[in-house]
Amino acid sequence: MSSTNITKVTSHPSQNEQLIFERSQHGRVGYKLPALDVDETPLDELVPQELRRDDDLEGVPEVSEVDVVRHFTRISTWNYSIDLGLYPLGSCTMKYNSRLNEKVARIGGYANLHPLASEEDSQGALELIYELQENLSEITGLAGVSLQPAAGAHGEMTGVMLIRAFIDARDGEGASAKRRTMLIPDSAHGTNPASANLSGFTVRTIKSTAEGLTDLDHLRELCAAGDVAGLMLTNPNTLGLFEKNIEEICRIVHEAGGLVYMDGANMNALVGVARPGDMGVDVIHLNLHKTFSTPHGGGGPGCGPCCCSKELEPFLPTPRVVKDGESFKLDFNRPQSIGRVKAFHGNFGMMVRALAYIQTHGAEGLREATEAAVVNARYIAHGLKEDYDKPFDAPPMHEVVFTDKRQSRKGVHTLDIAKRLIDYGFHPMTIYFPLIVQGAMLIEPTESVGRQELDQFIAAMRAIAHEAVEDPDTVINAPHTTRIGRLDEAAAARKPVLRWKPKEAASAA
Amino acid sequence: MRYIPNSPDERTEMLRTVGLDSAEELFSSIPENLRLKGQLNIPAAISELELVAGFEGRAARNTASRRPSFLGAGAYQHYSPTIVDHLIQRSEFFTAYTPYQPEISQGTLQAIFEFQTLVCQLTGMDVANASMYDGSTGLAEAVLMAERITRRKKVAAAASVHPEYLEVANTYVQHYGIELEQLDFDQETGRLGAEALNKLDNQTAALVVQSPNFFGCIEDVKALADKAHAVGALLIVCVTEAISFGLLRSPGACGADIVVAEGQSFGIPLSFGGPYLGLFATREKYARQIPGRLVGEAFDKEGRRGFVLTLATREQHIRREKATSNICTNEGLIALAATIYLETMGRRGLQEVAEQCAQKAAHTARKISELEGFSLPFSAPRFNEFVVRAPIEAGELLKRLASEQNITGGLALSRFYQDRPNDFLVCVTETNTRAEIDALIDGLATLTK
Repeated sequence: MSSTNITKVTSHPSQNEQLIFERSQHGRVGYKLPALDVDETPLDELVPQELRRDDDLEGVPEVSEVDVVRHFTRISTWNYSIDLGLYPLGSCTMKYNSRLNEKVARIGGYANLHPLASEEDSQGALELIYELQENLSEITGLAGVSLQPAAGAHGEMTGVMLIRAFIDARDGEGASAKRRTMLIPDSAHGTNPASANLSGFTVRTIKSTAEGLTDLDHLRELCAAGDVAGLMLTNPNTLGLFEKNIEEICRIVHEAGGLVYMDGANMNALVGVARPGDMGVDVIHLNLHKTFSTPHGGGGPGCGPCCCSKELEPFLPTPRVVKDGESFKLDFNRPQSIGRVKAFHGNFGMMVRALAYIQTHGAEGLREATEAAVVNARYIAHGLKEDYDKPFDAPPMHEVVFTDKRQSRKGVHTLDIAKRLIDYGFHPMTIYFPLIVQGAMLIEPTESVGRQELDQFIAAMRAIAHEAVEDPDTVINAPHTTRIGRLDEAAAARKPVLRWKPKEAASAA
Repeated sequence: MRYIPNSPDERTEMLRTVGLDSAEELFSSIPENLRLKGQLNIPAAISELELVAGFEGRAARNTASRRPSFLGAGAYQHYSPTIVDHLIQRSEFFTAYTPYQPEISQGTLQAIFEFQTLVCQLTGMDVANASMYDGSTGLAEAVLMAERITRRKKVAAAASVHPEYLEVANTYVQHYGIELEQLDFDQETGRLGAEALNKLDNQTAALVVQSPNFFGCIEDVKALADKAHAVGALLIVCVTEAISFGLLRSPGACGADIVVAEGQSFGIPLSFGGPYLGLFATREKYARQIPGRLVGEAFDKEGRRGFVLTLATREQHIRREKATSNICTNEGLIALAATIYLETMGRRGLQEVAEQCAQKAAHTARKISELEGFSLPFSAPRFNEFVVRAPIEAGELLKRLASEQNITGGLALSRFYQDRPNDFLVCVTETNTRAEIDALIDGLATLTK
């Protein structure tokens, strides 16, 4: 392993920059509009004074175009990004975001298309939605697809509501009211229980085994109560392990009268290799902003398609995009639908990008990406096993979990390791998740990283393990190379300051 | 595959390093009968040239995108300065993750802090979050929040709220034991009727009103706030045309408790309905009930100012089923775009855009009302949208206007209100030129001669 080139330059290339409100100067402008080309009506006749603003937009900045460009260019340099390097966040799938996908999403025929345009006038967009639905149906092995949900949690909510609607229709109101338990493993994403709660379910937690898999005995025991509506399962699970008993799990839940929901956050381990529909899963959400590379954008937008079996299809959100001969239509006539989950058609711009991703890869490339992602994770698992505690023996899929068990003996914890990684030029991995692993470090390299950079990452992690023994304070006080140090988050939450205020107002408050 | 750095040979070497002979062995934990035998039924990869041609071809069939348009109803065509789209395409912004590691995410965090501040200034509220998916889901979350605050189960919503927003709210509350009741609007004014407000009582968690409402009428928000507060209910104000903040009295100044808005008008392309941007703001005392992410000011040991995600104990990754919402991913990049838009247009630009919209809409409304057989059924003051009553069926009229005059004239209200066959909703913005407005008026006259 090469230990050269791993140490990052020590000064972050940052610029000082205030808040825009602190830059604002009376009289500066950053825009120009055409002159008004209709006869002007006195404002009082347009809108009575008591309905108009009376604060003259005091406090809204007055800056020039140059001010704005410098402002955002400067603060942008304070961010890490995929284009800068490895972003090993487990369960987040931070893969390369192609510029080509950005380009096609900006084609005028999409960008300038109004969502309430008539069907005849939006055939290209409807066809695109339909095509993506078909592709995602093929990838998941599930017949029905709705692209309306705007993000993963939104797709989860939609999926869980489908389960509820299906059971209500199947069992009738009285009987279904007794079936209000949603089973969720202790390793699940927090959005799972929150989405279940939003759909009126009571959450019961399933234990994981020492091997890191769903505890089948516990599952059987919980199912025996007779009140189970469903199971929400991530597969591969959040420990990066494939639930090899998935068929048995689905059988147990189905025999107990429940349905199986799969959280598709980890689909990057499966695309082109195995399909949830073939495993017995009834409904799944996908994250187009993970598996299908639509950009994360510093926290969104996402798109969380919900894919389901034929039995659940009548309950999907309305309207559906359907093919009718050679043309495409919006089908509003869906009496069993759970209803609309978002205005208009969902995050269409993300659909354009995801379809571009699929077409750029083709069937072969989709599988190749999955293989490359899993090899990369295995390679990291192999490279770090001497220096970090790996709580589960089973070979990982696309992500691998380690802990700080060895380092914590010297007082160095997962948070410190994560912060020290920043000094070595990498974004930290996902930390303290899943919750069932103490001091968890969940690493997902994705396919978008080459071997040299993986070697550098492994070398950095090993160097930190070494430092944790020889020089723990350096790790505990990291990062040392960033524009600002660790921020006092506890103080920030105790007395939250959530907006800028002018100096006088701020001190008066 | 050009997006995968490692060559097949390198991958083979890496497989050997980890002790495997073939890629298939990577998937040995998946039972063999569950592994795909062949390839997915998806066409082979295509090149950039072919891909662009294919996407251009589909886009060409979106004929509405090339026509002068007076369609609004929750999605608006506005001018967006060039630098907005330019700046959001910086790698550091669009390929960054959620700012969970503040030391290397200050760009995103500071931008969100500025966004939250701007949303507070425009809405007249104390606290705003880092964004919701869009206006419709923001409204649904506001209804759930009102239930959490008041512990009451009835919510009264004006029937003049965007019909798709009401549908979304209904979906969200259907398993929550919340009864969502609709309040009629006055057929003369188009505003929420005084009689309907008698339905508010001490079981009402919130009154939901949109202003300008779906018909473009500006509601008397102050009076509605008083009515809601009189029975101990909250007032939720929803705004779909955010440009109106540049001219109209802020909901906060009128007494609103929660404000939700669609922020698409702030420089975001129509893009067939998304991604858009949910603005969500409330009073300081309800800050800990707010859904979604919040950014706050923080300091490091040296006393340097920075920003962090804060009050996370409300959120799903900590509170799980007891969280204030299930939302995780929001609309980060779109919030950034709106922030750049608002700062570029600035104080004076926002006022000028709003006034131009109102002026052009007033002119257009007056000209249409002078046409033989046309009238404006609602009398309330309006911003940039208004309902027109045509002498003939509106759907057919608009269809012919598109095919014969090449103008998208608005939205036939029969799509949502079956008892209004001749009514259509017209929206005018600063992007509609005088020539387009004249063509619309001539077209309507010609087709109803």
